Amino acid sequence: MIALALPAQDSGTFTPPGIDQMHLPAILPWGASDGFSKQMLLVILSVVLIATFFILAARKQQLVPGKLQFAGEMAYGFVRNSIAKDIIGGRDFMKFVPLLFSLFFFILVNNIYGAIPVIQLPSFSHVGGAYVLAAVVYVTWIGIGIKKNGLKYFKLATVPSGVPWYILPIVVPIEIISNFMVRPVTHSLRLFATMMAGHLIVMIAGSGIEFLVMQENVLLKGASVLVLVGAVAMYMLEALIMVLQAYVFTLLTAIYIEGALHADSH
Amino acid sequence: MNQQIISAAAQGAAESANPLVPNPWEMGVVLAGFAVLFYIVVKFVVPMFEKTFAERAEAIEGGIAKAEKAQAEASAALEEYKQQLHDARAEANRIREEARAEGAQILAELKTKAAAESARITEQAHAQIESERQAAVVSLRSEVGTLATTLAERIVGESLSDDERAARVVDRFLADLETQSAGAAK
Repeated sequence: MIALALPAQDSGTFTPPGIDQMHLPAILPWGASDGFSKQMLLVILSVVLIATFFILAARKQQLVPGKLQFAGEMAYGFVRNSIAKDIIGGRDFMKFVPLLFSLFFFILVNNIYGAIPVIQLPSFSHVGGAYVLAAVVYVTWIGIGIKKNGLKYFKLATVPSGVPWYILPIVVPIEIISNFMVRPVTHSLRLFATMMAGHLIVMIAGSGIEFLVMQENVLLKGASVLVLVGAVAMYMLEALIMVLQAYVFTLLTAIYIEGALHADSH
Repeated sequence: MNQQIISAAAQGAAESANPLVPNPWEMGVVLAGFAVLFYIVVKFVVPMFEKTFAERAEAIEGGIAKAEKAQAEASAALEEYKQQLHDARAEANRIREEARAEGAQILAELKTKAAAESARITEQAHAQIESERQAAVVSLRSEVGTLATTLAERIVGESLSDDERAARVVDRFLADLETQSAGAAK
């Protein structure tokens, strides 16, 4: 565990690891505070893993799929049908399947890293990646809205129909803030915060167990078992959240795209 | 701004870093990595899966169409067979009727023929019997005459004084006659 690599605690007081320990030393140059980090390596690895898996799974194109192809088709079909088709709708969802598919599996694999021993580092526990993906989605749905409705899109997106004129001065600023300012921030921070919190919990639990085991008091040593049980439970919860966040991020993307596509009917 | 971000990131673990400040290099790697993945997905993964799905859908629909066609063909064939069976039954009935009629006719013809034949045979037999009778009568008549004459000669040739003698002559004559006719019959 990463936490075990942390400097040993004084046996007297327990200082939990914090945000500062979220940043590991770089790989290249080794041990530097800035440079090519483990996170970057994992991101690149995720691209290789996803691309390899799906190309291998899709390559054979058999009408009666084998195990690998079936698994690939299940995964692809999940994003295609359960997210893209259900949210965006039957007519023009196919255009957005590649984006949603890439987003889902990119985030999923990078999150799952956090649940794999030794790797144990979700890439989005650093905020940069989350910002980038949210920005990509932000630009995409605004672009779709403008392409579909022209500049009138901004009016459609901010002025809800059927609202009395005298409420508009309140509603319009709220819509502007919620749709165009808060949306990308929540979109990215939701992913980042859950991943960082999960990672932090694992670190704290790990260092807490270490601290308790190092105590001379036998009862305190034994109490480390309780922390371990709690840590395992949190680990399970984290694993669930990792998958869930990938799903939520992709689902929200689909909802934003759908909203931009059908701005005139909202 | 950029400078600020870099310096903040560079401080890293050393100082209390704001977790909301991103590392630009990480952002670059994520962006590049996602772009590569997106390209691969657009270029290869989605087209391949969609092609497979389309082919499968086509295969299934084609299979359904083929099955429907086969079913239609089968029901047509069944209809045809039923028709043929019906025709064959009618044909068989017709042939049976014909055969029956023909048989009756043949029987009637044979009966007539047999009756004619028997009449002919009877006729012939009658004629033969008649002619044989005639022949017998003729031959009998001539023989009786000869016999009577011969008998008379014998009787006359012997002396007619003695009755016993006359009876002997007659007896002898009859015996001669018998042997004669027996010899003639042999």
